[in-house]
Amino acid sequence: MAKKKDTFINMVVSLFVITIVAGLSLGFVNELTVGPIQKGKIERKINALKLVLPEFDNNPVEDVKMIKSDLAKDSVEMYVAKKGENNVGTAVIGSSEKGFSGLIKIMVGFKSDGSINNIQVLEQKETPGLGTKMKDDKFIEQFRGKNPSEFNLKPTKDLGEVDALTGATITTRAFGEATQMAYDIFMKEGSTTKTKKD
Amino acid sequence: MEYIIILIGAVFVNNIVLSQFLGICPFLGVSNKVSTSVGMSGAVLFVMTIATMATYMLHEFILVPAGLEYLRTITFILVIAALVQMVEIILKKVSPPLYQALGVFLPLITTNCAVLGVAILALGMENASLLKAVFFAVANSIGFGLALILFASIREHLELADLPKGMKGVPINLLVAGLLSLAFLGFTGLV
Amino acid sequence: MAEALNQKDNFLKGIIKENPVFVMLLGMCPTLGVTSSAFNGLGMGVATLFVLLMSNIVVSLIKSQVPSKVRIPAFIIIIASFVTIVEMVLEAFIPFLYEQLGIFIPLIVVNCLILGRAEAFASKNNVMSSILDALGMGLGFVIALTALGAAREILGSGSIFDIKFVAENANTFILFILPPGAFIALAYLTVFFNKISTKEAK
Repeated sequence: MAKKKDTFINMVVSLFVITIVAGLSLGFVNELTVGPIQKGKIERKINALKLVLPEFDNNPVEDVKMIKSDLAKDSVEMYVAKKGENNVGTAVIGSSEKGFSGLIKIMVGFKSDGSINNIQVLEQKETPGLGTKMKDDKFIEQFRGKNPSEFNLKPTKDLGEVDALTGATITTRAFGEATQMAYDIFMKEGSTTKTKKD
Repeated sequence: MEYIIILIGAVFVNNIVLSQFLGICPFLGVSNKVSTSVGMSGAVLFVMTIATMATYMLHEFILVPAGLEYLRTITFILVIAALVQMVEIILKKVSPPLYQALGVFLPLITTNCAVLGVAILALGMENASLLKAVFFAVANSIGFGLALILFASIREHLELADLPKGMKGVPINLLVAGLLSLAFLGFTGLV
Repeated sequence: MAEALNQKDNFLKGIIKENPVFVMLLGMCPTLGVTSSAFNGLGMGVATLFVLLMSNIVVSLIKSQVPSKVRIPAFIIIIASFVTIVEMVLEAFIPFLYEQLGIFIPLIVVNCLILGRAEAFASKNNVMSSILDALGMGLGFVIALTALGAAREILGSGSIFDIKFVAENANTFILFILPPGAFIALAYLTVFFNKISTKEAK
């Protein structure tokens, strides 16, 4: 086969053809994957919600409330879980940037009386083997059933009531701060949504 | 204050080479002399800043409004490749001395993953803005330069060291990079 | 017969003699960046193998149609397209791995290994040889990444492919899953690899 000459027209045509083919095939694959990607994202959110909230039968992802608060830079997501007509709990995304390696994002599920049902870690960059232990059941267990109005979310070192992770006090402190933030937003916003009948 | 945190974060805490592993190829490749590593750092500072500015605008004003985010990788790499070519041509015309200093490094930068990496990372920053993205690129290229120059000055001394045969060359360089990275690990938790 | 032997060499060279990681030092960023566990190393290796294989095939098919002055941009477009496809497919079907590999997926595009093979091999050889070349080089890359990931996981987390073999609270060398451990583990693996390959050459 003869090699194509380096004429201007040849160069333009060949690059053009390659770009068109590449663009079209990417568009095609995008069409195929965009559905599963969206579905997967929602599924993961629902799975996290199922873990932190008591049993519910509505679709909290659909009735998400975006709350603008001065406690956080971006608006905060709040999910209300219902069983029949009753509010059974609320999940709030709490975050803190004071983790050992920056942002920690958690989902905190509250029962309607304000006590913590369960917590899930959504995003973190902590030290593997030390700070990442905040995902372990053993650590999260101490928060379950506690009401932050009477349970101090600070680590014992700061005169709080949370047993810090070994070698990861900073992570523990940030985790408590994120939980506190979720609680504050829940108290401020959650109580108003409760009285609203819909 | 926010900008100081970005600067310290990018240079020390999350150093692009030593803790994010971007730009390892030039880090290992052009670090045998301090003088060449200074030249390379200059070229990276130059290209990374312009490239991040260009890709950020491309993403904000064309890809997102048109719903074409999935073309991000392909458009970014083309923009960077084209930019590097353009910078090379312009430098040659406008400032021959600068071209003399940076010229040889420019073609290497297209495949420097630090440039594409920072361009992509800049999109994911909180409350991102063009100014912040550009500042982020500058901070990261300073981090790149710091790591590269430190590493090169250690390597210059290493040439005199008497090493076991198996450790010579690549392995000892990697080991030194590991120790340097260990030192930078001490900065974690600073911001 | 000679032809068949050549093809075998062509395939095997990427695994030992010209191993992309230990010998040629190509694709170091993902090698160091994602190998905190054996599974991540394997995933990254396979993703790279796929892009390398596909781009080698396409490049060798169209090599005579592309004028040589624009071949590098043409190769970059081809490689970037396959990388984007990998990115989308991973996000849709293996989201767990997608999150673990993070920014290193789009960065496959600037992996010097892929552009290097397209330029040095696929643009000069036929499709069959290019496939074998890509498979050999890709496998060499997969083996290197999995080995490094496994070494770091064993030392750093006391597990292999997420199967723990030490007690839950046992102390492990956490250093090895942190960034410095990547450099240090790779340094010793390279020494080890060089030892084996020089022995084989004798």
